[in-house]
Amino acid sequence: MSDPPRKLSRRAFLGGLALGAASAAAPGAARASDGYGKGGVHGRRAEELCAFLDISRCINCQQCVYACRETNGHKFPEPKKPFPKMYPNKVPVEDWSERRNVTDRLTPYNWLSIQTAEVEWQGKEYRLHIPRRCLHCQNPPCANLCPFGAARKLENGIVRIESGLCMGGAKCRAVCPWQIPQRQTGVGLYLSLMPRFAGNGVMYKCDRCFDTKVAKGELPACVEVCPESVQSIGPREEIVALAKRRAGETGGFLYGLEDNGGTNTIYLSPVPWEVLNEAVDSRGKHKPDLAAKPNVMANEENLASAVFAAPVAGLAAGVFAAAKSIRDRKGGADD
Amino acid sequence: MTRPTAAAMPSILRRAFPWLVFLLALTGMAQMPIMKRYSISDLPGLGWLADFFTTHLVHYALGALFLFLLSWALGATLRSGVLPRLTVSGMLRAGLIAVVAVTGILRVIKNDPGVTLDPYFVLAIDWVHMIAAFLWGLAAIAFRLARRGAYTHRSQRGG
Repeated sequence: MSDPPRKLSRRAFLGGLALGAASAAAPGAARASDGYGKGGVHGRRAEELCAFLDISRCINCQQCVYACRETNGHKFPEPKKPFPKMYPNKVPVEDWSERRNVTDRLTPYNWLSIQTAEVEWQGKEYRLHIPRRCLHCQNPPCANLCPFGAARKLENGIVRIESGLCMGGAKCRAVCPWQIPQRQTGVGLYLSLMPRFAGNGVMYKCDRCFDTKVAKGELPACVEVCPESVQSIGPREEIVALAKRRAGETGGFLYGLEDNGGTNTIYLSPVPWEVLNEAVDSRGKHKPDLAAKPNVMANEENLASAVFAAPVAGLAAGVFAAAKSIRDRKGGADD
Repeated sequence: MTRPTAAAMPSILRRAFPWLVFLLALTGMAQMPIMKRYSISDLPGLGWLADFFTTHLVHYALGALFLFLLSWALGATLRSGVLPRLTVSGMLRAGLIAVVAVTGILRVIKNDPGVTLDPYFVLAIDWVHMIAAFLWGLAAIAFRLARRGAYTHRSQRGG
């Protein structure tokens, strides 16, 4: 029998926090987290927080959905109305403030939703529930490509959007392989700048309870409240080992381990993910799919070496060209 | 005395430099979600400007070329042994270019999968890169209109 994930997760999680605190005392090592990204619980990539979800355990009780709302409700948007008219007129208003109770999709007021898939696999019928939220990518395109530095990855692996800086342009949603962040118009920095001509609100998504729970050494609300111990969370190395071991033991299938270059959310399913992907309602930009995702930053990662090599090559070429120029001039003068 | 050796750079690269800077500015601006909003990407041939990944990759590639040329000029100047006497406008723009280049490299480092920088440092990099590029563009236009576009004093210009 495998370890009960809940107990392991708590031990591993708290162990990780202790490691972070201990390393804070060592020169050059990670500092303890202040919850806002300065320092971090974990200083090295291997110590990023990672979650493991065994979806065969999920009974769709929705307790995680409501715990998330309760814990993070103070961060939800309170938009000013009427919204400023935006130019040009085609700029879409996205207003969820009158539909705060929606739970069957991701919204600025619902950072976690549960998808259900009914499938038949190898002659057996399955009804599986999949909690969906930000996967906290290891190399998150939302944070890499945000032009204003509003989306950021913390040293403990949590990817979050700073609502005080976000302009609501929804670029993070456009570049996210799962289109996770959701926009609320009529709130945020853009109202103080040029609300008619730039910006459109603030983007919202799961921040793994970085301030209310993790900063205090507690488990994220969705992990803590789950009566079925669907989720485990802890240092990435331990969680990856756990996920692989459980997949081996059960003959299950993992999702998120390699997707988009690796995420800090790893799902285990008794059914292949391509089968589940066809069964879940993932239409539109708000119900994430379950397809395999290539690393969307792979091309940039390859080109980065050219950027780093360019100054060295240019310097050498310049020195060589100048030397040749000087030689030619001297040769000409001698003639 | 040997003149500063920017002249050692192939003329095709020197002529391409303003276009390179223009495309860098265009793809840099396209990192903000404005091309679709303002229908610029609806213009024939400009649809690619609405694709964040395409514009980002082009920005990377052009950035590498930009760094290559800047380093070329630096290497050639150092090898020639004659430091250029920059004009005031030249000094200002050279400073801004250096800031743009350094923060650009830092942004590429930030995007490396093995690197996680302090979010406040990232915030500073992002904004300084954007503001310095904007000021460089503004300065370039203003000095050009004022007919003070030269970087170096007349006696040092290569050609």
